[in-house]
Amino acid sequence: MGGLPAGKVEPTEHDYPEWERRVDAMVQLLRLGGKITVDEVRKNIEALPPEAYDNLSYYEKWISSLTQTLIQRGIISTAELGRKMQEVEMRVQNRAAPVRD
Amino acid sequence: MQPQFATDYPALAPSFSVGDRVRVRATAPLGHIRTPFYIRGHVGEIERLCGSFPNPEELAQMRNGLPAIPLYRVRFRQKEVWPDYKGPATDVVEIEIFQHWLERA
Amino acid sequence: MKDQGRYQPFTYYQLMETSLRELLVEKGIVTDAQVNAEVAAMRGRTPERGSKVVAKAWVDGEYRKRLLANGTKACQELGLEIPGLNLVVVENTPQVHNAIVCTLCSCYPRVLLGIPPDWYKSRNYRSRMVREPRAVLAELGLSIPDTVQIRVHDSTADMRYLVLPMRPKGTEGWDEARLARIVSRDSMIGVAVPSA
Repeated sequence: MGGLPAGKVEPTEHDYPEWERRVDAMVQLLRLGGKITVDEVRKNIEALPPEAYDNLSYYEKWISSLTQTLIQRGIISTAELGRKMQEVEMRVQNRAAPVRD
Repeated sequence: MQPQFATDYPALAPSFSVGDRVRVRATAPLGHIRTPFYIRGHVGEIERLCGSFPNPEELAQMRNGLPAIPLYRVRFRQKEVWPDYKGPATDVVEIEIFQHWLERA
Repeated sequence: MKDQGRYQPFTYYQLMETSLRELLVEKGIVTDAQVNAEVAAMRGRTPERGSKVVAKAWVDGEYRKRLLANGTKACQELGLEIPGLNLVVVENTPQVHNAIVCTLCSCYPRVLLGIPPDWYKSRNYRSRMVREPRAVLAELGLSIPDTVQIRVHDSTADMRYLVLPMRPKGTEGWDEARLARIVSRDSMIGVAVPSA
């Protein structure tokens, strides 16, 4: 990326929400536990399609890459992840159901 | 040459010394690479031996990256890297580069 | 950050984070306690830790030499816990100004200074800082004369960098704590300089 034409540097910062901090924490824990290397995470970020690379936020890229890394390592499977995501989504939707009636 | 950071990986011997003129290999293989595109083919000078570290290209592929490879900081003159560099001729960019990406210049 | 209640939008990526974490906990790979502890540990890593190191180097010439020789050992001397950090400290002088970037991703001395700011990770900073550092510094409010050499450090591999800024005039006799308070995170990245 170095040397490519780009725009003005806006000195933006944001206070990281908890879910982003947890992504950061999980990457560190899994590295320290010897389950993954940061190099695999970087490789998987580099492998994101250009639109994803440009449009996803920093931690959206990290969680995508971390997930891919764990699937590649065989620590989780796509099927398990799919089932868990369905379960969580239903749980969240039920909690979000309006209380009016 | 003494590394700034000692590590105890089995490692290749360092080939370069401080002050050596080196060229970054001008090649673009596939895989995860930590030698930036903008510096490939350019000539610089060894500023220090950082130490020897496992090859990130291999670590990225779930291999152990050993034997560790000597990692150097290499100094380049900005006016030699960028044809349109507007700052003074003294400005430099210093980059960590693994030994296998360097050849004697 | 407080739960905003049942109408909080839950994105695909937040769904992934929750799902991944629950799976890892179920499999015994991490525990919720470990994740929370690591989040807390990271919150505790703030630029003030780096400011302390700089202030000590300003008052203690022998410490400054040790810091430049091996930043990791010098930080550990002060009791700072910095697991896995290979810290290279680069010193600003009247002839040299240093600035740090990671063009490939966002490498930064996180275990010393905490999570890097958004702009450091931005495409614009990463693309332009190696190529036109003076223009980028000027946009960020720092003007460096042409008589001063700029050294840009691209953090591409296992090293991490801290800029040791120059001690500003008007700070004679200040103690370390007072000096540390004027050392900002941005001055340790090299996009600002401290002032009294």
